[in-house]
Parts: sequence; structure tokens; C-alpha cells
Amino acid sequence: MSAHIDSHDHHDDHGHGEEEVSHSTLKGYMMGFFLAVVLTAIPFWLVMGKVIPNPQTLAIVILTFAAIQIVVHMIYFLHMDTKSQGGWNMLALMFTLILVVITLTGSIWVMFHLNSNMMPGMSHDMTEQQVKNLP
Amino acid sequence: MSDIQATPSAVVADQQDLQFWMKEDHHPENGTLLGFWIYLMSDCLIFACLFATYGVLGRSYAGGPSGADLFELPLVAVNTTMLLLSSITYGFAVLEMQKNRRGTMMAWLIVTGLFGATFLGIELYEFANLIHEGAGPQRSAFLSSFFTLVGTHGLHVTFGIVWLITLLVQVGRFGLTPANKRRIMCLSMFWHFLDVVWIGVFTFVYLMGVLP
Repeated sequence: MSAHIDSHDHHDDHGHGEEEVSHSTLKGYMMGFFLAVVLTAIPFWLVMGKVIPNPQTLAIVILTFAAIQIVVHMIYFLHMDTKSQGGWNMLALMFTLILVVITLTGSIWVMFHLNSNMMPGMSHDMTEQQVKNLP
Repeated sequence: MSDIQATPSAVVADQQDLQFWMKEDHHPENGTLLGFWIYLMSDCLIFACLFATYGVLGRSYAGGPSGADLFELPLVAVNTTMLLLSSITYGFAVLEMQKNRRGTMMAWLIVTGLFGATFLGIELYEFANLIHEGAGPQRSAFLSSFFTLVGTHGLHVTFGIVWLITLLVQVGRFGLTPANKRRIMCLSMFWHFLDVVWIGVFTFVYLMGVLP
């Protein structure tokens, strides 16, 4: 019986701030910092040094670097894992990420199509004749 | 806890048989950190909306200057370095907090605040330059969305520094109490989160903004 109560006591104990802040290590922070510096320096070098001539390829490459760096920050600086706060942190993050993806891709996709289909007067390469023929 | 100890052992034994779902159910003990994380996620949605707005309007120059004309990438690189350094120094402060060394922890927090202030100073200098060149937020949709997105991030950093100073006073007066440690961990999440948002800003706004 006492064993049960003891384990229960222990279960209650760790709520008071000690255990939740104890998993940061110097090694983890230095590792995260090193990766972040590398993952920041490469995209700046790619853009400033005009290494990749095709802008679309370049955009995809630097966006990929940003995505990797965000994951690095999440793991090493924000200490995300599937176990923190009983998994609720990860659940909230996943939900938010889904909403972020819907918001970003949805807005850009829809507005791009609206632009190209409904506002011909806005494009710069329009001739005088075409402008006159507008409805 | 006390109610279990107070009940007769026979009843407890009965209850033990019935305890089939609370036994290992690991609910979050410290709700503050989870609640603060959920606040950060909602903040993330605000930034997502601002990023989406910039994504839609970022190429609508209204005949005005474009990102390639305006952005000074070396300045942005310095700014990014400042924020990244402030992130790692905040990490050092957390490590010192775990060892209960108040003095060195406060020193690292001050260094973090100084890096944050430098970041803000550079950003304000950039904004002042842009407005002086006639590229203020009213010039084009591109600049409106640019100032809103980057300005909102700068505002967050400003409030982070206000919070940091408040915490320094708190820790200086009351020491590393559990409540103060919890606050330091909350600000840690806030500060690192701002660095994560900045990754999006320098990539999506500055680096992609100068591409043709």
C-alpha cells in the first residue's frame, strides 16, 4: 500500500518547476547554435553571391533551408519532443501548422488566380490597343 | 494526497481495483507552460496571416521601389546575427538558472537584452531610412504589408525586452523562486519563438524580396 502512495506522491511532486526545466544542456544549445549559423549563412551566401542564376530554383532552395532551420530551433531551443507536457505541446503545434499551411497556400493560391484572371488592367505589358478594348 | 492516507485501508484497496484510468494518465502538471505554448501558437497564426498578406501583396509595387531596390542584405545579415546571438545567450541564462546561479544568469539575461536592443536599433534605423527615401508604408501595397509584418515582429521583440527587464527586477528582488523560474522559461519560449518567426522574415521577405 505504502508503495502505491509513494509513487503517487512522486507523481504529484514533479509539477513544481524542477523537472520541466531540467532538460536543457550546453551541448544541445551549442549544437543548435552551430546548425542555425550554418543554415543562416548558406542562404545569405546563395542570394548575395548570386550562386544560383534561376530565381525560382533559388527561392525553393532558401525556403528549404528556412524550413530545416525552423525544425532545428524547435528541437534545440524550444525543446520540442513528443513527450513534453504529455504530448499536448506537439498536438497544439501540429494543429497550428495545419492552419498555417492552409492560410498561406490558400491565400497565395487563390489571390494569384484572382490576379491573373480578373485584373488584366494591372499587368504592365499591356498595349494601348488592349487597354482600349477592355470591357 | 491526504484523502487517500485518511481512508481505511480496506476502502483504499477497493478503490485501487477501480483505479483503472487515472493510474498512469500523465496530465500536464504545470499548466502555465502548456498555456503559454498555446498562446505562442495563436501568435503564430497572427504571423501566418501577415505572411500570407505579404505573400499576396509583396510584388504589388504600384510603380514604386521594389525589394531589390530597397533591401540592404548586409544589414539584414547583421540583424539576423544579433537575434541568433541573443537566442544562444538566453540559452546560457537558462543553463545558469538550472544551476541556481543568480548572478551569472542575470548577466546573461542582460547580454540577451542588449542583443535584442541592438536588433531593434538596426531595424528602426532601416525603417527610418526607408521612410526618409519616400518608401514609407503608404507608398505601395508591398511596403504596407512589409511594414506591418516586420513591424509586428519588432513590436514583439520590444515587449520581450520589457518583459526581460521586468524579470531582471523580479529575480533581483525575490531570487530564483519557482514562480520566477517558470516566468524565465516562458520568456525563453517567447524569445526563441521570435527567432523562429525571424527565420521566416529574413527568408520570405528579404532574401526572396531581392530576387527578380
